[in-house]
Amino acid sequence: MKKILLIILPILLFAGTIPAITAAEILSKVDENMIAKTTKSTARMIVETRRATRTMSTVSYAKGNDIAYTEYTAPAREKGTKMLKIKDDLWLYDPSTDRVIQISGNMLKQSVMGSDLSYEDFMDEVELAKTYTATLQEDTVYDERSCYVLSLAAKTDNLAYSKRVIYVDKERLVPLYQELYAKSGKKLKTMRMSKVTKIKQRWYPMQVVFKDELKSGSGTTMIIDEVSFDIKIPDYYFSKAILRK
Amino acid sequence: MFLFVLKGLLRDRSRSFFPVLIVSAGVLVTVFLIAFMSGYLESMVRQNARFDTGHLKIVTNAYAEKLSQKPYDLGFIDSEAEFEQWKQDFPSVRWTPRIYFGALMDVPDAEGNTLEQGDVFGMAIDLWDPSAVQDIHLSEALVQGRIPQAPGEILLSEELFSKLKLELESTVTLLGSTLYGAMSFQNYIISGTVSFGVHALDRGGIVTDIKDARLFLDMEGGASEYFGFLPSGIYDDGEAQEIKREFNAKYNDEDDFAPVMLALTDQNDMGFMLRYAGFALGLITVIFILIISIVLWNAGLLNSIRRYGEFGLRLALGEHKGHLYRWLIIESLAIGVVGSLIGAALGIGVIQYFHVHGVNFAAFTQDTSMMVENVVYTTLELKNLLLGIIPGLVSTVLGAMLAGIGIFHRNTAKLFKELET
Repeated sequence: MKKILLIILPILLFAGTIPAITAAEILSKVDENMIAKTTKSTARMIVETRRATRTMSTVSYAKGNDIAYTEYTAPAREKGTKMLKIKDDLWLYDPSTDRVIQISGNMLKQSVMGSDLSYEDFMDEVELAKTYTATLQEDTVYDERSCYVLSLAAKTDNLAYSKRVIYVDKERLVPLYQELYAKSGKKLKTMRMSKVTKIKQRWYPMQVVFKDELKSGSGTTMIIDEVSFDIKIPDYYFSKAILRK
Repeated sequence: MFLFVLKGLLRDRSRSFFPVLIVSAGVLVTVFLIAFMSGYLESMVRQNARFDTGHLKIVTNAYAEKLSQKPYDLGFIDSEAEFEQWKQDFPSVRWTPRIYFGALMDVPDAEGNTLEQGDVFGMAIDLWDPSAVQDIHLSEALVQGRIPQAPGEILLSEELFSKLKLELESTVTLLGSTLYGAMSFQNYIISGTVSFGVHALDRGGIVTDIKDARLFLDMEGGASEYFGFLPSGIYDDGEAQEIKREFNAKYNDEDDFAPVMLALTDQNDMGFMLRYAGFALGLITVIFILIISIVLWNAGLLNSIRRYGEFGLRLALGEHKGHLYRWLIIESLAIGVVGSLIGAALGIGVIQYFHVHGVNFAAFTQDTSMMVENVVYTTLELKNLLLGIIPGLVSTVLGAMLAGIGIFHRNTAKLFKELET
């Protein structure tokens, strides 16, 4: 009996201190939820400025996390504007001028359609587990959900945000809140995810509020009306030919 | 008596040559510095008024909060009726609308894909108003091509035009944001190139008609700023402040988009710059007086040693110490007058040269956003000459007063004893 106790007791004692899941595993689970082989979504982007509130509608197609195509469908002024991202390149197409314009350099830091998102944010949809080293912090409760708190440090220098703090829903393993930091340590943006919905096997936030912390205003709300994963999308949707089509 | 003293000084050149040389050089330097600074300030005020501040400017409250960022999205829209009312209220001031905006200029290849790109700073004026065209000296700034004559034409900075290896009459696309933040694209034809001599603008500026800019930025009937120019064409802060007070009392309230008038000195730290320049001019004068006084004090002491016997003899013959002291001061005044006149004459020559040819500052203004012309011309004004001459006179008199104090330390009873040696 003593021998059995000697074996079981240390296991019981250490069981309280060893986390059930590691930071890297949490990140991998988050990526599994957020990134699919292919994604099609229709969404609305609501931009609030001092002057007015505008709503834009989009249809987006994505392959993995580094190829994406978006077409603006409303309002009239933006209708037909297209955006194509292939790895590190980003192109815009404007139907009124029939021009395909590549976005690079300083322009990547500019706001997209007056929103709190920059073109760089579109370029920066990275696989977190591959690009950041995660450290688990003290758990917290956010939006009435028990969350892991992860501090992420970029593995390379070429990322738009060198540090992130991310609250991950313990049960559904989706991020509910993110803080994005510059290399200097300055907080640049925050993201608040909500309306987490189960779509097939994955949990997905259907509403995200982006807030540029360097700008006044209440932020930009992205509402995903419909989303489907791992569907067949023709290859030409992810080529420059789609822009003038 | 003054002429008698002057004759003595001219005949004994060892007494006058060195002090006259010093005073002349000092006055020359001071007169030139004052004329240069004055020219620099005038250039700064002129350029700021032309391109950035006007003598007066009407913007919205929200725009005024972020004035240096030129946030056209916080500018006026549908404000033509109000603008007409303001013109009627202040008929002596000449008003003109402007829009400043930033955009990406994209040069297409034969297939309409991006070939070259550059960030541009847009300045939209009413190109059909000859006064507005003259305000920014557009005809003089035109390097090649022509001023836009039809909608959809722009002028591009010569520097960017050469850098991107463009051709006149070629089409470029501007990509920017509308007043409401939406993406905006517009094709333009480059009708000509400009160089304003202001590096901040020449780096990557475009000039377009305000109607084209309104279309591009979705600012129907609007403007980001309304510039006002005083009737004399020269900035008068008192007059500008009075108009500003009257306008703001009538039209300004707490609404974000209510109009607010600003004077030139309320913008770009111009008020501080002009006050600081006045202080700097005063400081130059005081430093000049101090340095020249110390040098002349030293020269006076050396002179006193050389004229030790002369002063002793004159005191021994009964000349009063005070009379001798006053004599020295009159001598110094004569030196001051001669030195200052020579310095001022030389100064006029130097100032005149730089008044015509200017001082090229282009190499120093390459990385600044300051609104100063690349070539600064000295101003040739009587007050600037006087500002140099007066310290020349003061310093010589002050130097002599300090050096002459030694006279009062001579003991009259010992004079003959001293003279024996």
